[in-house]
Amino acid sequence: MNDSASAPLISLRQVVKTYGTGTAAFRALNGVDLDIREGEFVAIMGPSGSGKSTALNILGCLDAPTSGAYYFRDIRVDELTRNQRALLRRQFLGFVFQGFNLLARTSAQENVELPLLYRGEDTAHRHEASRRALAQVGLDGWEHHTPGELSGGQQQRVAIARAIVTQPLVLLADEPTGNLDSKRGHEIMELLVSLNREHGITIIMVTHEPDMAAYASRTVRFVDGSVDSDTRREAA
Amino acid sequence: MSQMLLNALLLAWRAIRRNLMRSFLTVLGIVIGVGAVITMVTLGNGATLMVSNQISSLGSNLLILRPGQQLGPGRDSAGAPNFKFADVEAIQNQVPALKAVAPVVGSKVTLVAGNQNWSSQVSGTTNDYFIAGNWNIAAGRQFEPEEETVGKAVCVIGATVKKQLFPRESPLGAELRVKNFSCEVIGLLAAKGQGAMGQDQDDVVLMPVRTAQRRLTGNQDVSTLMLSLRDGVAADPAMEQIRRLMRERRKLSDNEDDNFNVMDTKQIAQTLSGTIRTMTGLLGAVAAVSLLVGGIGIMNIMLVSVTERTREIGIRLAIGALEHEVLLQFLIEAVVLSALGGLIGIAFAFVTCLGLTTLMNIPFLFNPGINLLAFGFSALIGIVFGYMPARRAASLDPIVALRYE
Repeated sequence: MNDSASAPLISLRQVVKTYGTGTAAFRALNGVDLDIREGEFVAIMGPSGSGKSTALNILGCLDAPTSGAYYFRDIRVDELTRNQRALLRRQFLGFVFQGFNLLARTSAQENVELPLLYRGEDTAHRHEASRRALAQVGLDGWEHHTPGELSGGQQQRVAIARAIVTQPLVLLADEPTGNLDSKRGHEIMELLVSLNREHGITIIMVTHEPDMAAYASRTVRFVDGSVDSDTRREAA
Repeated sequence: MSQMLLNALLLAWRAIRRNLMRSFLTVLGIVIGVGAVITMVTLGNGATLMVSNQISSLGSNLLILRPGQQLGPGRDSAGAPNFKFADVEAIQNQVPALKAVAPVVGSKVTLVAGNQNWSSQVSGTTNDYFIAGNWNIAAGRQFEPEEETVGKAVCVIGATVKKQLFPRESPLGAELRVKNFSCEVIGLLAAKGQGAMGQDQDDVVLMPVRTAQRRLTGNQDVSTLMLSLRDGVAADPAMEQIRRLMRERRKLSDNEDDNFNVMDTKQIAQTLSGTIRTMTGLLGAVAAVSLLVGGIGIMNIMLVSVTERTREIGIRLAIGALEHEVLLQFLIEAVVLSALGGLIGIAFAFVTCLGLTTLMNIPFLFNPGINLLAFGFSALIGIVFGYMPARRAASLDPIVALRYE
């Protein structure tokens, strides 16, 4: 990779996240250091309660660390306000969830358009971009179907189209195959791999399925709120 | 920036469209509130116009003299004595501006003719009544002077009485039983139609004043005088002259108030319109309360909707919606809903008013002011009652909201 010498896209330094206070306090993250470079496909694994979801929330700027530093490019995310983090998400990040989280009774195209509406894009550009994103995930001709009329795999494709329609730097996926059978799961993973390879989108994915994690180029394993192992695999 | 606002409108519209049935139920309160306010005010305006039209159609030269202080609310007629026939003669002789002075005494009496019976207003009066009341004789004749002085049992009947009691035959010369005496019908009045208070003006029987006094009321009193001014004579000096004459005849000292009143048609119109306006205001206020209740309904359903849509709000926040954008979206949803409710309410009121004015036979006066006001108020309600739910939606934590089941 040509960018191995440059600064990492994302850096966590001694990040701590505590829930609750006093004796009931629970340390979900216990001093995490993590660097992620542009173009990587990182799988975050670990048993439940290991802090992997908390880490994803912080990496996705949905939550702020209790202490420690989070650099996104040269931005100190931990020092941003709620609204500034929202702007950062809008500008650079895309999300894919386990439960798809599409708006019900709303066509695929309108779902995909949603982030563009918040960006203030005009109608013509929204239509063009959403059609292109849907084509990219293989849903040509399904623009006007609502989530209720789509299969689970198709719904997750719509969710991915919604995440990439803004051409984000980073795609954050929380158990994207958790609600799918293994055949659909593998199809979704292949789609993510192609987005990573062909469009250079950095992907950070939480999963507990080893055969899904195998698609990633790097696996970070969390145990008890800390990084337990970090293995890279040369792409085939 | 305008694109941003346009997009916020689009987002709100899509959310409303997604839940069409609930949206409709949400705005129902506003629809009814706006509809009720506009309908009440429009009908009130129409009724006011009709009353003043009909009173001015009585003729601008009509004066009415009654015992008691004034017509309308706050009227104090208790203890005020009626007039005597001598008062009628005094006015006739001493007020040259009048061309007709008609005394009126009467009561509601059951009439019988053949095997038909009908209840109607029977008035004792003089031939001057036909002048003062703008009545024409359709058939037959007025009273003869001799019938008036001796109080003969003769009568002139209105078109409604004829229709009820003499549906086919001519009433002229027929015997009409009035309470306990028999009366010969000598004339038929030309039809006039509905009166100022919605009453049937043709539902009358007229007879000489002495006949009515002797056989119906049993005393020499006259309850009302209808006075008609000569053409081109100003009303005010004549009214003042009548007032002075009556004070003198009733022996009122300088520190006593009038115990009678003389009004011209303009004043009568004003008094009646004032009464109707008060009623309109009252009904409008009641309707406005229902508009407020409609607003609370919007708040209630918006709050439920925020809870129900917690996950959706989480999605919006996660993909980069700012707090104030979520706030704006929910606020716009509330305003669009309530404004839409306002528009439907206006249409609803228009149709209702059209139907009711036709039914009640009053003019339909479209009042742009009240329509605009009701619409503006409904939109305002959206802002006021939409703010709390919108605030709640905007302050949700995206992580918690996303996990909400």
